[in-house]
Amino acid sequence: MSDSGGVATRVAVRKTYKLFIGGKFPRSESGRTYQVQDSNVALASRKDLRDAVVAARAAVKGWSGATAYNRGQILYRVAEMLEGRREQFVALGEPAGEVDAAIDRWVWYAGWSDKLPQVYGGVNPVAGPYFNLSTPEPTGVVGVVAPAEPSLLGLVSVVAPVIVSGNTSVVLASPTRPLAAVTLAEVLATSDLPGGVVNVLTGTITETAPWLASHLDVDALDLTGVADPQLAVELEQAAAGNLKRVLRPAVGSVDWSADPGTRRMTTFLETKTVWHPKGT
Amino acid sequence: MFDYAPAPESRSVVTIRDSYGLFIDGEFVDPTDGGARKTVNPATEEVLAEVAEAGPGDVDRAVAAARAAYQRVWGPMPGRDRAKYLFRIARALAERSRELAVLESLDNGKPIRESRDVDLPLASAHFFYYAGWADKLPYAGFGPDPRPLGVAGQVIPWNFPLLMLAWKIAPALAAGNTVVLKPAETTPLTALLFAEICQQADLPPGVVNIVTGAGATGQAVVGHPDVDKVAFTGSTDVGRQIARAVAGSRKKLTLELGGKAANIVFDDAPIDQAVEGIVNGIFFNQGHVCCAGSRLLVQESIAEPLLESLKRRMARLRVGDPLDKNTDVGAINSAAQLDRIRTLAAAGTDEGAQAWSPPCDLPEQGFWFAPTLFTGVSQAHRIAREEIFGPVLSVLTFRTPDEAIAKANNTPYGLSAGIWSEKGSRILWAADRLRAGVVWANTFNKFDPTSPFGGYQESGYGREGGRHGLEAYLDV
Repeated sequence: MSDSGGVATRVAVRKTYKLFIGGKFPRSESGRTYQVQDSNVALASRKDLRDAVVAARAAVKGWSGATAYNRGQILYRVAEMLEGRREQFVALGEPAGEVDAAIDRWVWYAGWSDKLPQVYGGVNPVAGPYFNLSTPEPTGVVGVVAPAEPSLLGLVSVVAPVIVSGNTSVVLASPTRPLAAVTLAEVLATSDLPGGVVNVLTGTITETAPWLASHLDVDALDLTGVADPQLAVELEQAAAGNLKRVLRPAVGSVDWSADPGTRRMTTFLETKTVWHPKGT
Repeated sequence: MFDYAPAPESRSVVTIRDSYGLFIDGEFVDPTDGGARKTVNPATEEVLAEVAEAGPGDVDRAVAAARAAYQRVWGPMPGRDRAKYLFRIARALAERSRELAVLESLDNGKPIRESRDVDLPLASAHFFYYAGWADKLPYAGFGPDPRPLGVAGQVIPWNFPLLMLAWKIAPALAAGNTVVLKPAETTPLTALLFAEICQQADLPPGVVNIVTGAGATGQAVVGHPDVDKVAFTGSTDVGRQIARAVAGSRKKLTLELGGKAANIVFDDAPIDQAVEGIVNGIFFNQGHVCCAGSRLLVQESIAEPLLESLKRRMARLRVGDPLDKNTDVGAINSAAQLDRIRTLAAAGTDEGAQAWSPPCDLPEQGFWFAPTLFTGVSQAHRIAREEIFGPVLSVLTFRTPDEAIAKANNTPYGLSAGIWSEKGSRILWAADRLRAGVVWANTFNKFDPTSPFGGYQESGYGREGGRHGLEAYLDV
């Protein structure tokens, strides 16, 4: 027992903010961090990015092969976990209204998993004795440059539509407000989401995004968070190397509170059409 | 083999002019800063006509005409009226189908049986299908009031000249866009006859503009700053260049590129039907088909009898005069393409695969390549990886269904695939796992205006055909 007589204040345990790759939380292999939001945050390298793509590719088979019902269940579970951590996001400086909107948006997207094929697929009445069915399928590995702001609502708004259909993702988090992204990763890690479906890298966009755009095992690229128009052009050019599907940055500012529509999902879908003869 | 007497289709049904100008703003005009080039009959090397080559200034005029037509006429026109023009075009294509089919076979080298029974009916049907969408766009699933994009710049290949034109122009016009289309330099004639049909249909001037020419003309079309939408069908290499060129612009882009489709034959497949499907898959249109079944994956246990049967069938293929109604395989479209096929076939032999062709007498004039199959092909061989775009089949084998899928998907392409099996659950299992935009099960190379077509991965993006095909031409 201390007899100092003063009021004992508990010394807080501080968190190390690390990367999220393949369901694990490694430090950057480069050993680098940068100071932001009063924390030391991992500064991802090209090697980290490549590791994240490997993890995302490995997760494609299981996640895209899961039933739509199962994906919907898991994503709804993510929303439950988000709700439980609501105060934590607020404590990180996320406006409470945006945290609520982010949770609601996640729930909205979760419900799409088993509706996309019905809304975007269907039978085609071909002129002949054939059964002909079109079905949307996930594109594969999607690279996502998340918007710098709003850090949680923006991030949720770009990640959920990519993965709900069965894609996996490599996400470059907001460089200026990365803590919400790492905290979201903690939510994902405890929500039955298979490792590798979402991989989160913190650091600078200019360092990692060019490698993401030119990576031959990445199938699509969401450039929403690229604010520099010249960089956006360079990334889109690099993406042409293996004909990535590219979602360009919006013209002007995005209203993140508006109804998001379905384009963020449909951009990362492929339509497969299957023919079979009818006969006896 | 039966001897068939020649049964030539008469070429008198079509009149080919000595020279053709560019079709801009509803009229044929001479190029101002371009030139001219000759188009030949690939079956005889006879010059068919001299065709204008549009320069950048000509493309500029065409885009300006399209823009004006979009703003003044076609954009404001009610959908029901746009529909009526498209219906007129669909009907005219059907009415003049024999003329167009003969012209297509003359300019392209494809058998008249195919141009008559496949290209023309599908081209007309495509316009008929999209005509019906023109006044129903709010019901297409893209929101209550989907808007057109404006001027579409379209570049099409030489393998299905008129059909590819229909795939490009019909949905663009139905959605309310105007177009500047560049046909391939070796096959411009049916597009120019189509321009006459637009005149006949009283389509408002500038709604459709046809600028003939080669690669430089195509670059001018896709790179034009006043083009809002770029649609390209052709090689993956050119597709990459176009994707790079439009980067940073607000142009919407759809690409339908190359393929190296696997045609998988499981051990329970009906052999005779499978053989027909394999032949149709690779020798249809001389193998000048982006979705051709150019990699035959056959289960090891049935490889021997299947190949025997396939060779027997190949020996019955009639190669020769495209205008003969009995011809199965026509001429290779150009000297350049013949060169490419020869180079890749030689690489197949050099790398250790064994080539086989049936005995067949090829005409002395023109560009010809005998139907060929390669056995002993490994996945690393160039003939298993690169698109040959000719009548050359690479045969590989597999032991388990998992191995078949792994080999089928071992390609950067992803346009089409084939499955042959009598077992429904196996077909659906395989169809789920194949990374390809079109999967033909117990059939191959079937097309329909209502059925979306397009690729995964490096076979491009966007779909043509069906409700899905409208998306490429709407601001959604």
